[in-house]
Amino acid sequence: MAVKKFVVGCFEDEKVLFPAVSKVRKAGYKIHDIYTPFPVHGLDHAMGLRETSLHTAGFIFGLTGTTTAVSFMTWSFTKDWPVNIGGKPNFALPAWIPITFELTVLMAAVGMVLTFCYLCQLAPFIKKHHFHARATDDLFVMVIECTAKTNEDEVKNFLGQAGAQEINTQIAEDGWWIGTYDKQQKLYKDQVIA
Amino acid sequence: MSLIKYESPIREPLVDGKKTYGQVTEDICHTIEAKPGRLWYIGFSISVAFLLFGVYSVYREVVYGIGQWNVNRTINWGWDITNFVWWVGIGHAGTLISAILLLFRQGWRTGVNRAAEAMTIFAVMCAGQFPIFHMGRVWVAFFTLPYPNTRGPLWPNYNSPLMWDVFAISTYFTVSLLFWYSGLIPDLATVRDRAKTKFRKYFYGITAFGWTGSTKHWQRHESLSLVLAGLSTPLVLSVHTIVSFDFATSVIPGWHTTIFPPYFVAGAIFSGFAMVQTLMLVSRKVMNLQDYITLGHIEAMNKVIVLTGSIVGIAYLTELFMAWYSMVRYEQDIFFKYRIAGAYGWSYWLMMTCNVISPQLFWFRKLRRNVLFTFIMSIVVNIGMWFERFVIIVTSLYRDYLPSSWSVYYRPTIWEVGFYIGTFGLFFTCYFLFSKYFPVIAIAEIKHVLKTTGESFKNDMVALDSMDTEKFYHETHHDDHHEGTVTVTHH
Repeated sequence: MAVKKFVVGCFEDEKVLFPAVSKVRKAGYKIHDIYTPFPVHGLDHAMGLRETSLHTAGFIFGLTGTTTAVSFMTWSFTKDWPVNIGGKPNFALPAWIPITFELTVLMAAVGMVLTFCYLCQLAPFIKKHHFHARATDDLFVMVIECTAKTNEDEVKNFLGQAGAQEINTQIAEDGWWIGTYDKQQKLYKDQVIA
Repeated sequence: MSLIKYESPIREPLVDGKKTYGQVTEDICHTIEAKPGRLWYIGFSISVAFLLFGVYSVYREVVYGIGQWNVNRTINWGWDITNFVWWVGIGHAGTLISAILLLFRQGWRTGVNRAAEAMTIFAVMCAGQFPIFHMGRVWVAFFTLPYPNTRGPLWPNYNSPLMWDVFAISTYFTVSLLFWYSGLIPDLATVRDRAKTKFRKYFYGITAFGWTGSTKHWQRHESLSLVLAGLSTPLVLSVHTIVSFDFATSVIPGWHTTIFPPYFVAGAIFSGFAMVQTLMLVSRKVMNLQDYITLGHIEAMNKVIVLTGSIVGIAYLTELFMAWYSMVRYEQDIFFKYRIAGAYGWSYWLMMTCNVISPQLFWFRKLRRNVLFTFIMSIVVNIGMWFERFVIIVTSLYRDYLPSSWSVYYRPTIWEVGFYIGTFGLFFTCYFLFSKYFPVIAIAEIKHVLKTTGESFKNDMVALDSMDTEKFYHETHHDDHHEGTVTVTHH
């Protein structure tokens, strides 16, 4: 989490956005992020992001569920308190399949959603800087991070040539903080770490 | 990877009218930002009144005991378990639309999935009440959970289908809720970012979890949705399978059949789609969403109804055949003396008419696309499916093995009926609140398919159609070898 300076360019059409992304990257600018109103397929590849391994986490959570269910039922029915239920075997694996399955699904789903929220830093009362209010409506908002060496105007011109409509500079916190959205968005202007 | 997804121009558009991304947001958020109409207030008040009557009915049952109902030693599962199975079944359509149709890449699901998933959650909430209060001593309901207790510890019986039900229903509810809410987060952020009032900024600010729309977050979101869909698909099949095990693993004639799991799952989807139709037909009219829930969507759902209705019909006939073929006296008597005939024969034939015969009218395209007819059929189907569960439960029970225990007639008390009415109240109260405060259509998902399936974009496809393969590839695949990316030029 740090306060940084960003150049923001808004695109109205994904068909303009894609060539712009590759131009910006070729020119060597660092794309902080692109905010889009819906998942634009292929944009992650165009930006050079690596694949998410969230599904692997889901698999591990699922396996945890399976093992928890089987081992707990085995322990409680064969070791802790073996009850004679109509003379049936205490270790009744076929009859435990439903619960094992449900617990696998439950743990995989809950674990994955929590991991997702943790990775994307999503939770109630979390507040973040939004570069443009229409990023969740109909604009594709490209945010370029400025370093000490970046020439702001050059980046702005570059974005304009690439087809961005609205271009501006923002100094903002790039992480999250606790807050609600009915309060005015706080922009940190005093300390710039670049 | 090409960015143009080819869609045949022959296919009906999924979004009617000339829409831009901004227009989609506007159309769907409109109902949240406008004051609800008079119809909303009337409907909401009636629902709350029903809910309160239900609360009072349940209060009577908890305070005075299960004797407030007319279930007896012979017919020990009456309206109560009938309602349970009925509500759980209704829930299944939501998951089918959101999960299974996602895996099958059925584009039309985007118009209805949000509301259908909400319906699932509310229906499962209603369903859960019945077995819990059927316990009689509801304050010990937590005995079903495997926790270290002072009675041994005595663990719950994991071999029991009723125990499986506890796990299945609670897992189903949790996973559906997570799936629904994770899909809602980006849309709530859309509402938040255009909020004008203090309350909306505050409320949607909290509920949107600080969503920004970052590409990395979308990438994870897509992965999450896909895996949750993959998990929900076997889950939804398992839930009604396990509900059917409550019956199928018993030795009651009429219940003890291996056909139950697929038969119940098909029936669940059948009744669920009918309920989706009931809700959607009203919602699209009242909220002016005809461009998003088109006649094409209604027709697609009616096709599912006629398919699953026919599966259910085959299951009914198979049951009759197997009863005869089994040569078991009890099975034969239950089916041929007490089910299709006898004191409850009327309920069997009502079920047959509503579930098997009347949906066959959906083979006609004109009727599939007729809104009024669909609405009437959706209610007919749900009446039929309620009677299916009633027939299965009551006609198998009312003739016990001992003629001395035979129960000639079972009529619910007002508190038994009140409990059912109360769950309608709960369901519709939740649905009215949902339709007022939440985006009833998945905004981001509609935007995602807009440029391939929207009416005004379909023309692009005609141009693509006239190209030959060489030209199409040349026009749409401009590989940028330096970056390893693929971009599209548009003409």
